[in-house]
Order: sequence, then C-alpha cells, then structure tokens
Amino acid sequence: MNKATREAYGEALVELSNNENIVVLDADLAAATKTGSFKKACPERFFDMGIAEQDLMGTAAGFAASGKIPFASTFAMFATGRAFEQIRNSIAYPKLNVKIVATHAGITVGEDGGTHQTVEDIALMRSIPGMVVLSPSDDVEAKAAIFAAAEYYGPVYIRLGRLATPTIHDENYEFQLGKGEVLRKGADVAIIATGLMVAKALDAADKLKAEGINATVVNIHTIKPLDNELIVKVAKEIGKVVTVEEHSVIGGLGSAVCDVLSQEFPTLVKLIGINDVFGQSAAANELLVHYNLTTENILKMVKSF
Amino acid sequence: MNTIELKSVAKNVRRSIIEEVFLAKSGHPGGSLSVADILTVLYFDKMNIDSSNPKWEGRDRLVLSKGHSAPALYAVLAEKGYFAKKNLKTLRKLGSMLQGHPDMKVTPGVDMSTGSLGQGLSAANGMALAAKLDKKDHKIYVILGDGEIQEGQVWEAAMSSSHYKLDNVIAFLDHNGLQIDGSNDEVMGVSPLDEKFAAFGWKVLKVDGHDMDAIKKVIDEAKLTKGKPTIIIAETIKGKGVSFMENQAGWHGKAPNEEQMKIALEDIKRGEA
Repeated sequence: MNKATREAYGEALVELSNNENIVVLDADLAAATKTGSFKKACPERFFDMGIAEQDLMGTAAGFAASGKIPFASTFAMFATGRAFEQIRNSIAYPKLNVKIVATHAGITVGEDGGTHQTVEDIALMRSIPGMVVLSPSDDVEAKAAIFAAAEYYGPVYIRLGRLATPTIHDENYEFQLGKGEVLRKGADVAIIATGLMVAKALDAADKLKAEGINATVVNIHTIKPLDNELIVKVAKEIGKVVTVEEHSVIGGLGSAVCDVLSQEFPTLVKLIGINDVFGQSAAANELLVHYNLTTENILKMVKSF
Repeated sequence: MNTIELKSVAKNVRRSIIEEVFLAKSGHPGGSLSVADILTVLYFDKMNIDSSNPKWEGRDRLVLSKGHSAPALYAVLAEKGYFAKKNLKTLRKLGSMLQGHPDMKVTPGVDMSTGSLGQGLSAANGMALAAKLDKKDHKIYVILGDGEIQEGQVWEAAMSSSHYKLDNVIAFLDHNGLQIDGSNDEVMGVSPLDEKFAAFGWKVLKVDGHDMDAIKKVIDEAKLTKGKPTIIIAETIKGKGVSFMENQAGWHGKAPNEEQMKIALEDIKRGEA
C-alpha cells in the first residue's frame, strides 16, 4: 500500500484534537499539508496565518509561551528557509513547545521544481541547539512520530513528504524517539536510511540477499538526537556503512552519521543523497531516478566497497 | 500610583540603565531611556501582574519587541521586585540572568525572548489568541521601535492582529525618530505611521511618551477598544533625561565612560522626569 506521510499527519491531528491544548497553524496550505482535516474537526483551534511563514512561526511561539501545544505547518522549504530565524530565535532559543510539521520536503515535491524542493531542511534544523529532528519513513511511523512529538516537551521539526510511498510498518509498530530501528540484520554491509529511502533500502537488502550479500538495514527516524550507540555498534560489527537520504549529502543523515563515526569509530561511509545541486521539475519518481535515489544505486554503492 | 511616585520610579529606572550599561561596558542606553517612562507606567500602574508569581497564568504580558532596550526592562523588573537589584550589575556578563537581549528562560518577569527585531508582535498575537481561546481577559502589551517596523514581519503580524480582531493586543511604538545609521527619514522612511497602522485595521492613538498622566490615560483608552488591536504612537526622545545623549543616534548602542556616567547620573538627579 502506498500512502504519503502528510496524509498520516492529517489523521494524527484529528486523533489529537481532543487534547484542548493543541492548536494548529498553517500558512495558506491547509489542503496540501493536510492540516485541513483538523480545521474541519476543530475550527476554533485552527489558525490560518496567510502566506506569512515568519509570522506563522512567531505566532506559534506566542501560543507555546501561553501553554498551548502549537503545530505549525507549511512546506518544508518555507518553514526552514523563509522562517529559519524565527524558528531559531522565537521558538528554539526560548525552548518553546512548538511542533514544526513541514510537508513537501525533498525533491519528491515533483513538478513544482527546484524553488519548492528543499534538500537543506535537515541540515538547517539539526544545526539549531535543542531542536529534535524527525524524518519518518512511512505513514505509520509518521503518525507515531506526531503522537510522540505531542507528548515530548520542546521544539520538534518533523519532515514529511508529498509523494505516496510504501508502508513498511504494521499497526503494532512502537516508535521510540531517539532510537534507530534495525529492520534487517546482515553481516556484510550496513545501510542506514531515513524517510522514503528506507523502503528502497529494504528493497535493496532483499535483492542483495538473492546475490548472497547480507545487509543490515537501519531506519533513522530521529536525526537528532541521533542514536549514536546503535550507529557505532553497527559500524563496529560490520565495518561498511552506506547512508541513504532524500536530502543533500551536506548536513543531512550522512553527515550526522559521519560526525559520530569519525570521532568514535572511524569507518568508511558512502553517502547517497543529493550531491550539492538544486532539484528541477519532473514527476517525483522520475526525479528519484534522475538523482540516483534508487534501489539500483544502493546496490551499486554496496558493491563498490 | 500617582504621578510624583511614577516620576520617582522612572528616575531610579534611568539611573539603573546608566549604571547597568556603564558596568557592562556595552548596551543600548538611547532607546532604553526613551522607553523608560512607558515601561514604568505599565509595570507600576497599569499591568495586572504579581512579581512574586511571574508565571501566573492570568497576568498581563509584555513583549519588548525592541529587545535591545533590555536595560530599561531589567531596571523596571528589578524596581518591581522580580529579582534583586544587585543583579543589574551583572548585565551582559558570563552566566548572568540578564542577557544582552531579553531571555525568558533566565530572567523572572520576561514574558518573551526578543532581540532579533521584528519578531515580537507575532509572539504577542499568539499569546493574545491563546487568551481568547481560554476566555481570559488579560492584555498583551508590545513595545515596538520605530526603526524596527522596517522589518517585514511586523506587517505580517500587524495584518494578523487585525484579522483576528485582537483587541487584547496593545502596542506602543517608541517613536524617537532615530536608529543606528541616523534618523528614520534618512535611513528608511517609516511615515506616515498613523495612516499605515490605520490602513492595517488598527486603532491608532498618540501620546507624549514622557508625560506620565497622558500615558496612563492613553492606556485606559486603549483598553476600551473593541474588535481591533490598538497601537499607541508615543513621541519620545532618544536618550531622554541625559543631556548629551538626547536626540543623538550615536548613543543608540554605546556605553558611557566613567566621566560621562557621572554627568549622566547628575542630569538624571536634577531632571524633572
């Protein structure tokens, strides 16, 4: 089954709507981010801030300063780019309890093109002190991540996508903030992935197995705080690491893994991601192929050690 | 509090501003002195607050959007008893509870962290919307600088205050006419202030920002506004009360030396306001 993580967000918000402290803010994108479902369920606690992302984040900060749990949503490009400084200074610096749930992250925005395809958002958000950064791999995990964020006190950035992608978790899945998830165990190579690339990493592991190569697959849904322990353990046991993300190789999951391993257990790491270029218009799946975010490229990278 | 008492508090506040900035060897005396009387009236006469319970949910809030005037806010908060006055000597020093710009995490009585200009009104709107949701009638005061309104976010937020009919938002515009590079008119014209805010759906009031009685009256008038936010354009003098700082853009962000500090304290002692 294919489903977009943003769809799960809309459902999660409706389930959370009985919590009177939760308020939802959007910047004229409620239909696309799926906050519209909360607007329908709970119009008195939904606030459209218009096309004004800086004000969106500042208003969310004010709500949080008064004890509310604001979910502030827009596209990832505008949340983390346009309103970076408001997130840093009005939300994170005072450690306010704001949940920034950004959809349409990465190149799978598709036809809208490079202006709307942020491949820098993880880098920007993980550089802010105290910010929790979540990047769920499917709709089930996205929903669980939203619930976990609502429970956690403090600023959280959650990265969601537009594209419908395969569901890899079942409904009994237990999400643990800050803990990586080992999806496959194999002694030959470790594939550490995040977001929609986790499904491709699993696909790659299955294909490798058929060729007699056993891969460990780790899903990193919490980019920050990173599960250093698991990453070091995997590196020690296996020695070869491939990271896979729909984000720039500068400052994303690959960088975060290298930050840990270079200091704690130097290991050869190969990074799959967007290689310091902007995206462009095309169908999302075409773009994934064009930028080598494919099962085939994971296989190729694994065999290149 | 009567006018004589308010003037006496404001004198203490001005003295503290000069001493804080002198000891810190940096900071922003000009805009702190221009806003000192407004903050004094708010905290000592108009705001419904409890200095022994700074996080009290039903309190009026104040967002010092022009956060560089922190020395004035800290002086008022210390006068009001939120923390001991001796802390004022630690402004801008390592580990101090008084950061260069307001930090709600470490300073009792600071309702919002500010300093990067243009962000305070949005936060105030969030607080005002939360109050409306909770059916509470406390007010959210905001202090904007006149140079600050060159930031685009101020106008995004001004639209929101009006769109959501936030009559619990009362903003002051500290209109001293000066910013770092010179006068507003030279740097980036902000006029006409009243027409701009009126066009954005605000009730606009005007006041002499150094006349205690007039400030009291205008706040009472603002509190009566229904269905829209109010902005009070306060005509002020940058550096007010210190002879050599008055109307001098150069004293926006500079500490006095020891000799200047002594003259400043003498001016304040002699001064009427």
